[in-house]
Amino acid sequence: MNVSGKQPSCDLSCDLMIIGTGMAGMAAALFAARQGLDTIQVGLTGEIGFASGLIDLLGVHPVAQGAPVDDPWEGIARLCRDEPHHPYARLDIETIRTAVQTLLDFFETSGYPHAVSERGNQRVMTPVGTLKTTYAVPHTMQAGAWALARQAPCLLVDFEGLKGYSARQIAAGLADRWPALTPVRLVFPGGRGELYVEHMARALDAPAVRQQLVDALRPHLCGMAAVGLPAVLGMYRTREVQADLQSSLGLPVFEIPTMVPGVTGLRLRELFEQRLPAMGVRPLFQHRVLAARRSKDGGMAFTIAPEDAPRRIQARAAVLCTGRFFGKGLQADRGGIRETLFGLPVAQPKDRASWHHKDLLDVQGHPINRAGVEVDADFRPVDAQGRPVHDNLFAAGSILAHQDWIRQKCGSGLAIATAYGAVKSAARFLQKLYS
Amino acid sequence: MQTQVLIIGAGVTGTGLARDLALRGLSVVVVEKRDVNAGASGGNHGLLHSGARYIASDPAAAAECHIENQRLKQLAPHCIENTGGLFVAVAGDDERYVADFPEMCRRCNIPVRQVDPKEAREMEPTLSDSLIAAYLVDDATVDPFKLSLDNMADARRHGAILRRHSRVTGFQMAQGRICRTAILDEVTGKSETIDADVVVNAAGAWAGVVAGLAGATIEMRYSKGSLLVTQSRLCERVVNRLRMPTDGDILVPGGTVSILGTTSVRVDSPDVIYPEVQEVDAIIDQGAAMIPQLAVTRYIRAYCGVRPLIGADDPQTSEDDDDRAVSRGFALIDHTREPGAPSNLITISGGKLTTYRLMAEKTADLVCSRLGVTAGCRTGVAALPDTVEARWTEPGLAPNVWLRQKAPDDMLLCECEMVSQSVVDEIVAGLQALDGRPHLKAIGLRSRIGKGPCQGTFCSQRLAAYLYDQGHLQGTDGLAQLRVFLRERWRGQQPLLWDMNLAQAELLEAMHCGLFGLELEKSP
Repeated sequence: MNVSGKQPSCDLSCDLMIIGTGMAGMAAALFAARQGLDTIQVGLTGEIGFASGLIDLLGVHPVAQGAPVDDPWEGIARLCRDEPHHPYARLDIETIRTAVQTLLDFFETSGYPHAVSERGNQRVMTPVGTLKTTYAVPHTMQAGAWALARQAPCLLVDFEGLKGYSARQIAAGLADRWPALTPVRLVFPGGRGELYVEHMARALDAPAVRQQLVDALRPHLCGMAAVGLPAVLGMYRTREVQADLQSSLGLPVFEIPTMVPGVTGLRLRELFEQRLPAMGVRPLFQHRVLAARRSKDGGMAFTIAPEDAPRRIQARAAVLCTGRFFGKGLQADRGGIRETLFGLPVAQPKDRASWHHKDLLDVQGHPINRAGVEVDADFRPVDAQGRPVHDNLFAAGSILAHQDWIRQKCGSGLAIATAYGAVKSAARFLQKLYS
Repeated sequence: MQTQVLIIGAGVTGTGLARDLALRGLSVVVVEKRDVNAGASGGNHGLLHSGARYIASDPAAAAECHIENQRLKQLAPHCIENTGGLFVAVAGDDERYVADFPEMCRRCNIPVRQVDPKEAREMEPTLSDSLIAAYLVDDATVDPFKLSLDNMADARRHGAILRRHSRVTGFQMAQGRICRTAILDEVTGKSETIDADVVVNAAGAWAGVVAGLAGATIEMRYSKGSLLVTQSRLCERVVNRLRMPTDGDILVPGGTVSILGTTSVRVDSPDVIYPEVQEVDAIIDQGAAMIPQLAVTRYIRAYCGVRPLIGADDPQTSEDDDDRAVSRGFALIDHTREPGAPSNLITISGGKLTTYRLMAEKTADLVCSRLGVTAGCRTGVAALPDTVEARWTEPGLAPNVWLRQKAPDDMLLCECEMVSQSVVDEIVAGLQALDGRPHLKAIGLRSRIGKGPCQGTFCSQRLAAYLYDQGHLQGTDGLAQLRVFLRERWRGQQPLLWDMNLAQAELLEAMHCGLFGLELEKSP
């Protein structure tokens, strides 16, 4: 479909087209680059800013019991036995480990290392005063887990003008589990009025601003073993910001996630956007795929926005990482759910009345969250008979059926592992094509 | 506690009655198991009927409606937007009903003016091009929350007392009278007793339950009606379908939105009700015949209320009969003549939002005759004061004030509806003065917070954080209240989750469950 009627202005071609720029798309681009595949990645990069920035592998299983998972690897093995259609079950544990480790290594070499615990999952404080189970956290959050484990006396800082983040709320919510939390409200260096986490993080990249923050913190440190701040400790120079604050204060400093979209999501966007092109991925960020079709030679032909000057891309294979409803990979009207780009079959509940429970917090999780694209062992979307729709189309991430990443707390792990699996299959397909 | 009159239920009837009695100089206590307008008074169209809808089913009620419509426009103009209304028929509608309509209205003293379909479409460009007839009537819209809150606030100014979250658990009898009423505070768990000379049961759909506690019997049936709120206002006037009342035939403007309804579904209990997917589809499909845009517009929220219908099922009529055919007139029941029932219990039930004042007046007259009080009703002449307690339910007011004042530190907690910290401060102060319970849900009821497209995704936590900062929330109360607030919002979202709403709901769940883990908490 060529919306404007104009001829596409410029043709590009590649071996592998990655559609989507969420965690799955970014991970897929990384894996493709490391395999040396000729890759174009296309998509709007807004949504990854909504990522929590925490690397969840599996936090709850079984969902209906709300049972926390301490060791995600043991948990994933159990999950794959209990839910053989879960996308994780398309991979073996070693492959999932490799995928996750590859990504963590990438973060490390990009200057934004993540911390894992030897014991498995860690617990992170949230703005509503709960503890969230996750696997790997940005290095800026590591001291929080350390302080929590020791119940160390902590200063919890919030800032006048930062909405939705109250140190008092966090301290009150955790008081029975962690009594030694002391909330304090400070004025953020540079003035009053409404604050935005992105501006705060960018401001703290500058040493002079950090010095002012240190001065404001100093009078409150007596008897404290650590200092917890909202996640604003720099956008690009997090290691420098954290080290600087820690040495000035003489105490461990850690971040607590904020509401979304938060800095921890924005950092991922910035990091991928900067690093992937350097690794050979050809990015078409801020471009949207308008149409996709199979070309006569068996390849894929895509038309991408802007609509007034559409471009055409030829690809030998594609990985679909377009996400769910928020990411616009899936779209629903009153009658049903469809996949937006290829019109792929979507496994879904029988009617709209069974999409959601009447209780938002129903322990079962909403059935619609398990709707999605079904894939074969090579992550190729399949039709009702279980046959691949196209031999060169692969899918990864939250668009996949038979998972509930929100309730299972497996969003990042699912994205990374299935991206790894999908790219591996795509690479195999391309290799065969050229051999 | 002692009082002359105890009123059970703080819907529009109970609060209206409280004001009426307080203005007559009586001492009044109102007990409400949830909050003001928690039942049908908060679950309706907000339509000040011209009466024309009832000309065929209930001509007497239709005439009453019109008289009260005119009166309230004079006495409570700040609660009312005098929009005017249209009755429209489209091709295929019953032409005999259309032809009889003006004469039936005339017989009920309801003024109507016929307009050419083309003219009607110029007045309301979203109307269908298959219009065959149109009449202008005196419909208007009324903010039921503001109305009840103002009635209660004025009653309190005249000495009345309101107890929220206070459920009646039992009555103690002596000499065939209720001498003592036991109340349970559902927040603190504390019990209390109230000794009243007269007890008025204004519990709406729960009137049967309350009467039962006192040994009286009311046969009740429950008819659920569901309504949908559109994202933007589609019409200037109230638009009614010109036919016998059925599903999805009224579109009422509500400030910046439009409200489409309703349905009539028999339910067994008024306690746990939801707007259902099937109802939503029926309402939209019907409404779209009048206004085609209703098929494609974005809906923000659905809600429902239960019409309490007095009287046993007529065995001659089948289950499928439309409960709309049952009179919407009110029932004032004096239990004195009922064997075994207490002599000082009065039940007021049924009726319409439009006639709430009249119902209150008739009930108050009966109460006064019992108590030998001669003071007459004043609500028919004394204007309803525009109180500060009810100020912030009005769409558009909070943004206007915020934009005018431009105070840089007065941040918006709800960005969709532009509700700022200072508005919340004012509502909190009112709740503090009332009973010291500035809960998230109570603030939501008294403002537009959570009522925009995000349906509480962001403002819920912003409000909770702010209330902690101000010292109004302690311990894990905020967590429990967040859960309550979001669940309440969800009731209205869940049947409307397709297209953008579904994407929004995914974000909501990703943050509140995925990141915050609210579903894993054990609190309510």
